[in-house]
Amino acid sequence: MPKIKGKAYVLGENVDTDQIIPAHHLVYNLDDPKERKLYGQHAFSGVPVEKAGLPKGKIPFVAAAKQKSEYAIVIASSNFGCGSSREHAPVALNMAGVTAIVATSYARIFYRNSVDGGYVTPFESEEDLSTLIKTGDEVEIDPDGGTLKVKGSTAEHPLKPLGEVADILESGGLFEYARQHNMIS
Amino acid sequence: MTITEKILAKHAGKNFVKPGDNIWVNVDVLLTHDVCGPGTIGIFKKEFGENAKVWDHDKVVIIPDHYIFTKDKHANRNIEILREFAQEQNLPHYYDVKSPRYKGVCHVALPEEGFARPGEVLFGTDSHTCTHGAFGLFATGIGNTDAAFILGSGKLWVKVPETMQFVLKGKLPGYLMAKDIILDIIGKIGTDGATYRTMEFRGEAIARLNMEERMTLCNMAIEAGGKNGIIAADKKTLAYVRKYTDKTINVFRNDSNAQFHSSTTIDVGELEPMVAKPYSPDNVAPANKLKTVKLDQCYIGSCTGGKITDFIAAATILKGHSVKTKTVVVPATKSVEQALIDETIDGQSLRSIFQEAGCEIGPPSCAACLGGPEDTFGRLNNAEICISTTNRNFPGRMGSKESQTYLASPYTVAASAIKGKITDPRDFLNVQEMEEAEEVKEKDDEENFNQ
Repeated sequence: MPKIKGKAYVLGENVDTDQIIPAHHLVYNLDDPKERKLYGQHAFSGVPVEKAGLPKGKIPFVAAAKQKSEYAIVIASSNFGCGSSREHAPVALNMAGVTAIVATSYARIFYRNSVDGGYVTPFESEEDLSTLIKTGDEVEIDPDGGTLKVKGSTAEHPLKPLGEVADILESGGLFEYARQHNMIS
Repeated sequence: MTITEKILAKHAGKNFVKPGDNIWVNVDVLLTHDVCGPGTIGIFKKEFGENAKVWDHDKVVIIPDHYIFTKDKHANRNIEILREFAQEQNLPHYYDVKSPRYKGVCHVALPEEGFARPGEVLFGTDSHTCTHGAFGLFATGIGNTDAAFILGSGKLWVKVPETMQFVLKGKLPGYLMAKDIILDIIGKIGTDGATYRTMEFRGEAIARLNMEERMTLCNMAIEAGGKNGIIAADKKTLAYVRKYTDKTINVFRNDSNAQFHSSTTIDVGELEPMVAKPYSPDNVAPANKLKTVKLDQCYIGSCTGGKITDFIAAATILKGHSVKTKTVVVPATKSVEQALIDETIDGQSLRSIFQEAGCEIGPPSCAACLGGPEDTFGRLNNAEICISTTNRNFPGRMGSKESQTYLASPYTVAASAIKGKITDPRDFLNVQEMEEAEEVKEKDDEENFNQ
């Protein structure tokens, strides 16, 4: 897998799917390219202001009236994506331009949706990076080496191997994976 | 093997599975609704083709329930998408909003329609699909991609979960409900305490619970991160299920040498009425420690707190009282709505009790449990403080980011409505009288079953 680079957006623990994409936005048609962009526009709009973009907070993830975020990598603590099964959550992050999330743990439906839909790569870090990395830091993830580095620091933070889901992610999602393995035509 | 392992093994055509195995299972029921159905249909058509047909008409259940009574044009358009798909695919199990078939909350309607059957594998595009484990089946929530995959193929990959066993011993005191038990458990293990695992509930206290109360327990397995909640089917399960379906039923039990991740014994007689404070279901405290919390709204409804049992409990407390705080009553389904008229306490219908107490009664749907569009009945549109029988209280869950939600049993919510502050239901219940009545009822149930 190629290296992933981008600016970090830092959040805390238990970031649930209502914070990722509040329920009243779930009405937009995911199959309409124009409406789908609205999910990017409202990504993370449910995060309480003081917790949006740690450590300082009050940093909007997506600038007003924009549909893409300047932050491509989300750093969080434990149980990221808990709550509902809405696939709109990883779609919203994908539409906002997020390519990877690094958290100490995930709620399983969010994790599975991220992988099976091929929207974002959910990495698990050994240590809680949400207290070490600041929103706006430039970070680089080496999926094959299993490390994360912050620009300006030589420290290499270990990431857990993606394991069996790496194949699905590399295929681009569940459907492509199943086709490659002749499970569906 | 455990119950969950046995069900999954059977559906994968294997004799044996163990936790961690990745297996492909055949699906018995796929459930979807108006929030995730349209996206699922979109992926199904994109991947299997515009003219593709669902794998089995009889196994697809579509129950719109989330955003039903709203002027939001996008929400209404989503119902149209479901309607067109049901027509195009000729689906028999579609419960259209503008028809007498409309049900309300999918998780309460599903067993009422005979789709929660012991021994089966059920997936739904809703995290609270784990509710149906109460009937001794494997049931879990999935996203649109996985659901679309099932729609076209009838299969899905699953990682076999480890099972955490919760043995509930003793007798549940008359002032407690299943909600108090599950809030106590979530408080102990945390919102990720069961992530990737099965939560299996058993023990004498479970045997005494009716099916609706068992549903409340399993419903909130997801609030501890659980993949599924499960309770072995017993005579109560079979008596319930047989009222709604004559399909073949497979009852699975744990093998005597089944391996568990852990086993925790809880004496339910020692529990207290529990409340989860904002902003997490694991942030629990006994109701009597929160007596200073003033409320702007009380909410009784949802898949976990809007069933007949829940309204009987609330009405038991509210009878003869007036609410001090705005109190919203939302029956989960049409049949629960009907039961508000049919069920009586000392000759007075539940509906009349709620009306006399000053409650506002809304039509069956998920309503404000998950906020929803701004015109949703009971939605918290400002910095309001609410106590609710629902299942989640993360920031903004019931509407505004500024609002706060406390979670509790229908007893506790009803008692709090009378005082306008969080209240221990024991302030309003004659516990001794209730326990005597319960003993008589248990004897009757036993006799009825033996006949």
